[in-house]
Amino acid sequence: MFSDYSLTELGSIFVMQGFAGLILFSVFLLMALGLAIIFGQMGVINMAHGEFMILGAYVTYFTSQFFLNYLPSLFGIYFFIAMILAFIASGALGMAVEWLMIRHLYKRPLDTLLATWGLSLILQQVYRSVFGPREVGVELPGWMMGSLNLTDAIEVQINGLFVMGLTIAITIAVALLMYRSSWGKQVRAVVQNRTMAGAVGINTERVDRLTFGLGCGIAGVAGSAFTMIGSTGPTAGQLYIVDTFLVVVFGGAQSLIGTIASAFTISQAQSTMEFFLSGSMAKVLTLLGVIIILMLRPQGLFVIKVRR
Amino acid sequence: MTHIGRSFFLARKDVVGIVVLAILLVVVLPLTLDSFRLQFVGKYLTYAFVALGLVLCWGYAGILSLGQGVFFGLGGYCMAMYLKLEASSVENTKIQSTPGIPDFMDWNQITELPFFWKPFHSFPLTLVAIVAVPALFAFIIGFAMFKRRVGGVYFAIITQAIAAVLTILIVGQQGYTGGINGITDLRTLHGWDIRTDAAKTVLYFVCVALLFACILLAYYVKSSKLGRILVAMRDKEDRVRFSGYDVANFKVFVFCLAAALSAIGGAMFTLQVGFMSPSFVGIVPSIEMVIYCAVGGRLSILGAVYGTLLVNWAKTSFSESFPELWLLGLGGLFIAVVLAFPNGLAGIWQTYVAPRLGFLSGTKPTDPGAAPVAAE
Repeated sequence: MFSDYSLTELGSIFVMQGFAGLILFSVFLLMALGLAIIFGQMGVINMAHGEFMILGAYVTYFTSQFFLNYLPSLFGIYFFIAMILAFIASGALGMAVEWLMIRHLYKRPLDTLLATWGLSLILQQVYRSVFGPREVGVELPGWMMGSLNLTDAIEVQINGLFVMGLTIAITIAVALLMYRSSWGKQVRAVVQNRTMAGAVGINTERVDRLTFGLGCGIAGVAGSAFTMIGSTGPTAGQLYIVDTFLVVVFGGAQSLIGTIASAFTISQAQSTMEFFLSGSMAKVLTLLGVIIILMLRPQGLFVIKVRR
Repeated sequence: MTHIGRSFFLARKDVVGIVVLAILLVVVLPLTLDSFRLQFVGKYLTYAFVALGLVLCWGYAGILSLGQGVFFGLGGYCMAMYLKLEASSVENTKIQSTPGIPDFMDWNQITELPFFWKPFHSFPLTLVAIVAVPALFAFIIGFAMFKRRVGGVYFAIITQAIAAVLTILIVGQQGYTGGINGITDLRTLHGWDIRTDAAKTVLYFVCVALLFACILLAYYVKSSKLGRILVAMRDKEDRVRFSGYDVANFKVFVFCLAAALSAIGGAMFTLQVGFMSPSFVGIVPSIEMVIYCAVGGRLSILGAVYGTLLVNWAKTSFSESFPELWLLGLGGLFIAVVLAFPNGLAGIWQTYVAPRLGFLSGTKPTDPGAAPVAAE
């Protein structure tokens, strides 16, 4: 399949597809970060994660509309405000869901799966009824449009670069929060031994609620970033949920580095193959590869030893 | 129904339950519903096979598979491939550029029947394949995972991913599988036209008969020593392992059994509805099949049938009149059945109704699968 292309063309193809893969990587990683916190740290399967992401995307869309109509002079920076609003909206919804539903189910992980699937159906229908079934897209501010030409054959989009930068920033923030702050220490303590954590005075219920809220909030930010590169519809979240779970499981559920590495591997494999095969076959082969590796190595790529 | 009276694996209340269900499905529904509605019930009953498999696999053994649609689909596709080949005889397809192959292959410029289609010229081989292909597939998945002690949540996610992969594969390989439309325009089974109303009524009764055979099989598994090991394994896996049992083998077995039951349902679905498509394979149908089982009561074999009928009946009537409400209702059902009624209809029956009907519960129901909530 390589014979039709010259060597420099092949190089450019790999760079361009690699770049497309990096954008996919950013989306995967942003979604997987929230899930890695909720699933990896708390052991809760949140099938509605995609819908929390879509909520963030809708918030971003409405913020952009608001700025477009009332504050056109500040349109260039609307995205940063939208991102904060998306975080707050998704996080608040997440905390409400934790309080109403998830906290009753911590001992039954398989049942959280079904309950959150129900939640995702409800949210999808609510989005469809409230925001309409049509896909919506935001208008990008001027500085985010266009692309950089690195060579004749290679060009990269600025919005893609922006999403990547954002992903890196959020990943670093999450890593600091989880591994360098006292709150992160409390979260990890609760994960490792809930009873003992409670005994030394950590309010485990509060930690649970905040952790779940944080995971959902990050999903909201992911949705916000997602609007920069794609359009949003009521069911868009469901398209990503399986991939995201595979990313988290493949990386090793408790490991942040693992999540990053697996998001990178999966997205690069998929986008590189997409050029040579049809999109569906690329996806099939990637997912199949992940499934087979997981069958051989069920603990995922990176393992942190936790005493259970 | 030769099992009335003394029976070695059915308790008295089980016999009563089976007879009541048999009267409902064989006598009451065919007499009260018109042919069109009865076909709907027949379609719903094919899902009951899946729910039945899930009762054994999830309720009793604690293995939640979110990929039962895969097995339902494989069974259905096996049957559809046979029917399609019969419908694509050379004289039926002489306008094609390659006569004698299914129409969608011709549209996709395939000139020769692919090798994996060839066995489906033979009816006996098809019948074997309907059960063997999904069971073998389940064996590979189950063997790879249970031997490595992967279970619970990870198993659920991976089976879900397999459902996603198979759907994408079927949709993508249009020339070999019929793509997103599936395999359509099925006409005859061994020369017998399956499209007439009379044929559909016959198929309904075949489906009911098969369902009862599967129900009896499920009761047999449940009451055998195997069934008790499954429950013990679900509640305290390590203790069963320390007692010298190879836990993985039991899990693989029950997973394969559930797959085979789903596949029979899938094949009956194809026969009654007249087509098979990837929309019955993917993530969404697979997880909906779990809810049929959960609504009926994940520990109740008969409950699975009632749950399937009820949810599907609700789905059909709601989506006819209020399509927006249906998703809300289904979502609410998922949440309610988990939070409020973890034992589904069967739990409600056992707690509130059965105690008032003395003749059904001569002895207190001592279900070996009681206290499922503690299962991890």
